[in-house]
Amino acid sequence: MKIAVARRALVGLLALTLTGPALAATQLTGAGATFPYPFFSKAFYEYSQTHKDVTVNYQSIGSGGGIQQFTQKTVDFGASDVPMNVDELKTATAAGGPVLQFPDTLGGEAIAYNIPGIKTGMKLTRQIVADIYLGNIKTWNDPAIAKINPDLKLPATPIVAVNRSDGSGTTYIFTDFLSNVSTQWKAKVGAGKSVEWPAPSSVGGKGNEGVAGVVRQTPGAIGYLELAYVLENAIPYAQLQNKAGKYLLPTTESIRAAAASKPNCTPTNFSIVDTSAPDAYPIVGYSWMMVFQKPADKARAKMVRDVLTWLVTQGQPIAASVKYVPLPDIMQKQAISTLQKMDV
Amino acid sequence: MSVEVQTGAQPLDASPSGRVIVDRALVARLKLSDVSFRIALTVAPLIYVALIVALFLMLAKGSSEAFAKFGLSFTWNSVWNPVTGQFGGLPFIYGTIVSSFLALLLAAPVGIYAAAYLAEFAPPLLSKTLGFMIELLAAVPSVVYGLWGLFVLAPIIRNYFGPAVQSVLGFLPIFQGPIYGIGMLTAAIILSIMILPTVTAISRDLIQAVPAAQREGSLALGATRWETVQNVLLPYVKTGIFGALVLALGRALGETIAATMVIGNRPHISASLFAPGYTLASVIANEFTEATSSIYTSALIELGFLLFIVSLIVNGVARLMLWTIMRQR
Amino acid sequence: MAEVTASRSVKVRHMMSTLGTAGTAFCAGLASGLLLLLLVYVTIQGIGALNPSFFFDVPKPVGVPGGGVGNGILGSTIMIGIAGLLSAPIGIGCGIYLANFGRGPAAAGVRYLSDVLAGIPSIAIGLFAYTLFVQPFGHFSAFSASVALGILMLPLIVRTTEEAFRAVPSEIREGSLALGLTTFSTTMRVLLPAARPLLATGLILAIARVSGETAPLLFTAFGSQFWETNPFAPMAELSLQVFTYAISPYAEWHRIAWGGALVLIVVVFLLNVAARVVIKPVAKSR
Repeated sequence: MKIAVARRALVGLLALTLTGPALAATQLTGAGATFPYPFFSKAFYEYSQTHKDVTVNYQSIGSGGGIQQFTQKTVDFGASDVPMNVDELKTATAAGGPVLQFPDTLGGEAIAYNIPGIKTGMKLTRQIVADIYLGNIKTWNDPAIAKINPDLKLPATPIVAVNRSDGSGTTYIFTDFLSNVSTQWKAKVGAGKSVEWPAPSSVGGKGNEGVAGVVRQTPGAIGYLELAYVLENAIPYAQLQNKAGKYLLPTTESIRAAAASKPNCTPTNFSIVDTSAPDAYPIVGYSWMMVFQKPADKARAKMVRDVLTWLVTQGQPIAASVKYVPLPDIMQKQAISTLQKMDV
Repeated sequence: MSVEVQTGAQPLDASPSGRVIVDRALVARLKLSDVSFRIALTVAPLIYVALIVALFLMLAKGSSEAFAKFGLSFTWNSVWNPVTGQFGGLPFIYGTIVSSFLALLLAAPVGIYAAAYLAEFAPPLLSKTLGFMIELLAAVPSVVYGLWGLFVLAPIIRNYFGPAVQSVLGFLPIFQGPIYGIGMLTAAIILSIMILPTVTAISRDLIQAVPAAQREGSLALGATRWETVQNVLLPYVKTGIFGALVLALGRALGETIAATMVIGNRPHISASLFAPGYTLASVIANEFTEATSSIYTSALIELGFLLFIVSLIVNGVARLMLWTIMRQR
Repeated sequence: MAEVTASRSVKVRHMMSTLGTAGTAFCAGLASGLLLLLLVYVTIQGIGALNPSFFFDVPKPVGVPGGGVGNGILGSTIMIGIAGLLSAPIGIGCGIYLANFGRGPAAAGVRYLSDVLAGIPSIAIGLFAYTLFVQPFGHFSAFSASVALGILMLPLIVRTTEEAFRAVPSEIREGSLALGLTTFSTTMRVLLPAARPLLATGLILAIARVSGETAPLLFTAFGSQFWETNPFAPMAELSLQVFTYAISPYAEWHRIAWGGALVLIVVVFLLNVAARVVIKPVAKSR
C-alpha cells in the first residue's frame, strides 16, 4: 500500500516537472450545460484513455455560459440544454461563421418532493404541477392532489415551490413543459432559462444540487431535478400523468418513448415535452452541442469533430451507465451527418 | 569651488580650523537621487489608481446599455424578468442592504464587547489566543460558510429557532410567514459571523490605544472596571468604532457565495425576515454565465456598478470617520 | 442611613460590573466558539476524504475509484504564486510611497481608493480580469485569474507595507540619512530589511485572503480536470473545485468537496500561524 502511495506521489511530482514534452496532448475545451456533465466527464475520460493525443476539458458553467463562451470563441465547443435561439445564432454566426448544432444525449426531469411519510410514486397531474408553480395550489392536502392519491395521507403542510436560481436549460425544459400544459402559465410567465417565478412560496436553489439540497431540507418542498440527482440522492419523486392519461415515473423507457414519438427534431424544432405517445414521460429534452462549421484552426477542428463523433456513437453506451438515455437512431444519424458538415 | 573631499568624508564635518567641508557635487547627487527615487516610486500608486479607475470605467461602460434603456428607474423597479427583458434592481438593493445591516446589527454588540473583553478584562495569554481565533474566522473560505449555513444553520432555524421566535414575537411582521430555514435571517447570521473579526480586531486595537490617563482617572474616581469600559472607554473610541462598523458593513455588502447559498434567491421584497431574498452580488454570480442577450448582461453589470457605488459611499464614510478620530489625537 | 444607601448601591454596581465583565467574556467566547464549531464541522465532514490519492490524483469521473484534488492544489499554488508576484511590487511600492511621502491630499486619495477597492466584491474584479485577459485572447487562463486575485491582494499589501515601514523606529531612518545615504539607499538597504518581517506578514495575510476566493475564478481560470502548469491555459483551483463538487449530485464528490474545504482551512490556518507567531517575535527581538 505504502509503495503504491509513494509511487503515485512520484508520478504526481513527475507530472509537475515533465509538463512540456509529456503533455503534448492537445487540450480541447468545452463549456456549457451542467445536465450532461456526469456523462461528459466519464465519456471524455474514456476517450483520453484510448486516444492519447487528445484531452477534453469540459466545465459545466451553465447552458447560457456555454453559448456565451462559444460565441466569444474561448472554447472549442459549447453545450446547452436548449439550442441557440434566433438572436444567439445571429450573434454567433457574426462572430465565427455558420453554426452547427446537434444532440448528444437525452434526459428527463423528475418532480421531487419532501412530504413526511410519502415515498416515491405519488401521483400528480400536469395541471397540478402547473398550479403549484403558479401558486394556485398552496397545500399538500389540496383536494385536487388528494383525489388522485386516495390511499395517501397528505398533510396540510404548505407547498414550497423550489426553482433554479441560476439560469439553466433544465429550467427551460421545465417551463416549456408548463407553457404547454397551462395557458395561464404561458401567458403569465412563459418559457426561459431564467423566469420570473410567480408562486409566493417559491425559493431558488443554486444548481441542481442547490435545488436538491433545499428540497431535502424543507418539509413541504417540491422541485424539478434531473433524473440522476433524484436517483443519486434518494429523493422521492412523483409519477406524472402524461397527455394520454397514464401515470409514469421517469425511466429510460418512458423517456425513450417520448423521444421516439417525435423522431425528427431539429435545432429549431426541438421540444419533446408533453408528447402524446401513450408511454411517454412528459418532461423530457435533448441536450445539444454546438461547433462552428468553418473554424479557423483546421487541425484542432478535426480533433473536435473526431471526439464529438465518437461521443454520439461509441460514447452513447457510457450515457446509460450514468443514468442518461442514449440517442435514438434517427437523432444519432442526424448528429453524425451534422458533424460531417464541419469544414476540416 | 574648492572642495576638499575624500570619498566617505561626512559632508557636514567640522574641520579643526572651523571650515565646513561641503561636497556640493555629493549633495547635488543626493538630491537628484531623492527626487528620482520619489518619481520612480510614484509609478506604483499611479498604476494602482489607474487600475481602480479602469475597474470603475469598465463597470460603467458595461452598464451603459441597461442605463440607456431603463434610466434611473432601474433603481426602484421591482420586476426582474429575463424572458421579457424587463429588469429592475430594487429587490436586490433591498436584499443587499437588509441582509448587510442586519448582519451588522448582530455582529456589532458581540464584536465590540468581545473586543472590550480582549482589551480590558482577559489575561494577556487568553486575550492573544482568543483574538487569534476570532481573526481566523476571516480566513474560512466563503463556500464553507455557505455549506455550513445550508446544512447546519438552516435546519436549526427551521426546526428550533424560527418556531420559538415566532411563538413569542409572531405578532411582528418581520417574524411572520413560513419558515423555510434558508432566507434573509439565515443569510444575515452567516454574514455577521463573517464580519465579526473585522469589528473585533479594529475595536480591540482602538480600546487598547486609549491613553492610560483616561482609564486610571476613571478608576481613581471610584468607577468599577465595567463602568470604565461602558462610560469612559467606549465613548472615547465611539467615532473609531463607528468607522470600523462601516468598514465591516462594506465587507458584508460585497459577499457573494455564502449569501447565495442560504438566502433563498428570490427577487422579492418581503417584510418577514424568514422569507427568502436576493442580494446584488448573488444574482450576478447566479445569472451572469447564463445571460446571453446583451441587455440582460448589461443589466447585471449595472447591478455590479451599483454595488461599486454603494461600496464607494460606505467606505468613504468609514474612512472619514476613522480619519476624524485619528486627527483628534 | 446615607452609608447604608451608599454601600448598597456600591454592591449593585459591583454586581453590574461582574455581570458586564461576564457578558463581554461571553461575547468573546461566542465569537471564538463559532470558529471551533466551523472547524469541527468541516473536519468531521472532510477528514474521511483525506488519503494520499486525494492529494496526488486528479479528479475522476463518477464511478471510477480514486480521484482527488491534486491538480487543484497545484493550480492554487501556481495561481496565487503568480498573483503574489504581480501584486507584491505594486503593493510594496505603493506602501513605501505612502510611508515616505504620505502626507498631503494625493496620498490621502490613494489610501481612500485603496480602501474602497478592499470593499469591492470579488466577482466584479473577476469580470474586470475577464474583460482584460480572457476576451481579447479568446481563452481562459490561470494568468487572468492571477490578475484578479492580485488585485484582491493589493489593498492588504499596501496597507501592511505602509504600517511596516512606519513601525521602523525613526532613529534608524534618521541615522541612516545622517550617515549620508540617499533616501533610496535608506529605503532599500536599511528600512526594507528592518520592515521585512512585517512585510512578510502582510503578504501571507493577503495570500490567506485570496486562497478561499471562488467568485472571481468563475470566468477566468475556468477549471480543469487535468494537471496543468501552463499559466496561459485553463487551470484547476482548489476552492473552485470545492464549490463545483459541493453542488454535484454524487456523494463521493461531496466527500471530496469537504476534504478540499478542510485542506483550504488548514492551509490558511497555518499561514496565519506562521505570520503571527513565527514572524512577529523575530521582528520584536530586534
